[in-house]
Amino acid sequence: MNITLKVWRQKNAAAPGALVEYTVSGVVPEMSFLEMLDTLNEQLIAKGEDPLAFDSDCREGICGMCNLMIDGQAHGPDKEATTCQLHMRRYKDGDVVTVEPFRAKGFPLVKDLVVDRSAFDRIQAAGGFVSTHTGGAGEANAILIPHDMAEKAMDAASCIGCGACVAACPNASAMLFVAAKVSQYALLPQGQPEREKRVLAMREAMDKEGFGHCTNEYECEAACPKGIKLSNIARLNREFLRATIVSE
Amino acid sequence: MKLESKVPSGPIEKSWDKHRFELKLVNPANKRKFKVLVVGTGLAGSAAAASCAELGYQVESFCVQDSARRAHSIAAQGGINAAKNYPNDGDSIWRLFYDTVKGGDFRAREANVYRLAQVSNSIIDQCVAQGVPFAREYGGTLSNRSFGGAQVSRTFYARGQTGQQLLLGAYSALMRQVGAGTVKLHTRREMLDLVVIDGVARGIIVRDLVTGKVERHWGDAVLLCTGGYGNVFYLSTNANSCNVTATWRAYKRGAAFANPCFTQIHPTCVPVSGDHQSKLTLMSESLRNDGRVWVPLKKGDKRKPQDIPEAERDYYLERKYPAFGNLVPRDIASRAAKQMTDDGRGVGNTGLSVYLDFADAIHRIGLDKVKEKYGNLFDMYHHITDENPYEQPMRIYPAVHYTMGGLWVDYNLMTTVPGLFCLGEANFSDHGANRLGASALMQGLADGYFVVPYTIGGYLTGNKLPKVTTDHQAFVEAETDVNARTKALLGAKGKKTPAAFHRDLGRVMWDNVGMGRNAKGLQSALSQIPEIRAEFWKNVTVTGEGSDFNQVLERAGRVADFLEFGELLAKDALVREESCGGHFREEHQTPDGEAKRDDEKFQHVAAWEYKGEGKAAERHTEPLTFENVHIAQRNYA
Repeated sequence: MNITLKVWRQKNAAAPGALVEYTVSGVVPEMSFLEMLDTLNEQLIAKGEDPLAFDSDCREGICGMCNLMIDGQAHGPDKEATTCQLHMRRYKDGDVVTVEPFRAKGFPLVKDLVVDRSAFDRIQAAGGFVSTHTGGAGEANAILIPHDMAEKAMDAASCIGCGACVAACPNASAMLFVAAKVSQYALLPQGQPEREKRVLAMREAMDKEGFGHCTNEYECEAACPKGIKLSNIARLNREFLRATIVSE
Repeated sequence: MKLESKVPSGPIEKSWDKHRFELKLVNPANKRKFKVLVVGTGLAGSAAAASCAELGYQVESFCVQDSARRAHSIAAQGGINAAKNYPNDGDSIWRLFYDTVKGGDFRAREANVYRLAQVSNSIIDQCVAQGVPFAREYGGTLSNRSFGGAQVSRTFYARGQTGQQLLLGAYSALMRQVGAGTVKLHTRREMLDLVVIDGVARGIIVRDLVTGKVERHWGDAVLLCTGGYGNVFYLSTNANSCNVTATWRAYKRGAAFANPCFTQIHPTCVPVSGDHQSKLTLMSESLRNDGRVWVPLKKGDKRKPQDIPEAERDYYLERKYPAFGNLVPRDIASRAAKQMTDDGRGVGNTGLSVYLDFADAIHRIGLDKVKEKYGNLFDMYHHITDENPYEQPMRIYPAVHYTMGGLWVDYNLMTTVPGLFCLGEANFSDHGANRLGASALMQGLADGYFVVPYTIGGYLTGNKLPKVTTDHQAFVEAETDVNARTKALLGAKGKKTPAAFHRDLGRVMWDNVGMGRNAKGLQSALSQIPEIRAEFWKNVTVTGEGSDFNQVLERAGRVADFLEFGELLAKDALVREESCGGHFREEHQTPDGEAKRDDEKFQHVAAWEYKGEGKAAERHTEPLTFENVHIAQRNYA
């Protein structure tokens, strides 16, 4: 089948960008969306043209590197799937598809469809950890964690840090990302000693990076490829409130 | 070149304790004077960078991805082994050690493996302390499962995302140090050369993948934690960015490359669907705990799986290996699948797959339990194939997954270049000729958390290292080399894309150096690879510029190195005239088609030394002695 793409091209953050139209031929249903872009790129390179720059790595939905806005939806139309897990069987011959980068103040553009998400790293560095040195750990089974609590923490810990929540949010808020990490540790006994410090530090870092606030749009939950629940944001708010009350 | 393993003498149980005591310590006040460069941020790299920074060293960490959290360790699914013996089913450090040596088909160094088994328990403690959400029993204790090649349940897991959770644990430790200012993290940087001064590793040359700027970085030690070379086969379960460049550049600067022919073909992957395919996806082998592998008894049986009655199915792993059944080691399961498809009994449109069936498991433990254990894997399969594995059997086929070979290292994980260490999948050390399931995560974290933080101190105190700056002639030369290479890639201005060359190489490798190897095929690969390489430098097309974000240039550089490395891999496979683990030479098999080792001639590590452009590499050997494990023909029947 033939697919017409309208793709955002922009040489770098300083240069102006625009949507450019391409037609990709020879697309088969088994192809992933990114393999369709590979096909286009192969055709462009063969013609000596600059191919589309886009990020991807594991191509199995776990590394969080791929990040495309496809027809206005972060990671495209499939529910709970990353861009690399979207397949062309979703489309039919002659479809026109618009591909843009994740847009947010906190994610400055690098080139074409590639953005800089290092803000997430800085938020993590502010408090997304348990302060424990290598070698200092006690016997693993000395910490008992109820099965359901471990499962809940795991649900939150499944976040792949792709930034779809930010891209989907009208306020470009990073609340779901921060909430997932705060929740994981708030639910586990290992996270308790730094519980208040962590949520305050991560929230402050989030604000500093220029991400917006949450106004309960629910777009983040709908876009999240890992099904991270909005209830984590409720927990983040409770944790934040609690921390402001109990900390000195 | 001398290969000194530096394994301590005396009983193996005491080796590591004795060695740790003998290693000199660095005065705490002096640690901050030493700078350690860590390349790669997977399990080994993140763990090493964080641990070294905690000790007080200055650390600089480098990765090609946009964040340290994306290294390919993240994709490991099934679990991590440890000898905790929580299920009380007879496990011990000794048994984990024994299983790993046997699983590796007696081609690993005993003392290294013993140490790995010893520190395995500390890894679990460490990860739990970090808040890694491992699966738990209802009483709150850690849950275990059995995993390929083991008869005890020693595998710890976090759903089918164990690698992700362990890496995020190591990443959190790393980012804590970044926040504290003790680690300087450089993302989107690719190491393109090693700088050696007076025979000692003193720095690296990296390219900033955003600006194209080439940078020099000096250090007192360099740790390569850059993963495996599975992408030499083009299609593998590795991430797109996985490459051999860092270790290959180190090889060309004097680090011996050991056992490159030891590659692992994983038995349970989603089968290839067509030429457009950019990668293969692994389905965790934990699926083999509950899934049953089968093919139709009749050749060319085109019926739907559900229409084939029980009596006309061949559960061939259960039939051939009754003791281990579906849980035989990876190399054995992969070859058995190949035998079935070679026999014309493969399934699916291409005939290149076998069934992995969960109908019995769903009946036995219920749909909900199957969902809880494997939900994300089933979803992943469904996404890719559009087939629902809850309703019909999965189709699977072997794919290149892991590489046991890598830079040769001694007991301290130091390569043949002093000051250059190699950790994790990038080194050759612990898995011999075949890695057991759930042992890669164990090794990466063992090297990073519990081995290198000790051995690096021994190196730094034991050697008087003069101060160097990046103005040194060796840095200038290395940078000049890197720039010349970039210029050559951009200047070829040919007609064929780097990806097309990569595909050509992959085809030669898979056809001749894949699951079954023979002298004729290997010789054919050895004549084809140099031809592809010669054509590459004449006819490759790389668009754009060097001083820009240029993914075509990145790919071209990696393919260029694979085109050199592939030849060494094939050569190693040709010289190793035996079958062992993942290296199966068709000329050397038992009457039942199992691997036949030749201990007399090949009970050694083969380490290749670079002798210069256009010259043949020299093969050195490190003999392997087994004083603690009884050598036997592996038997999983």
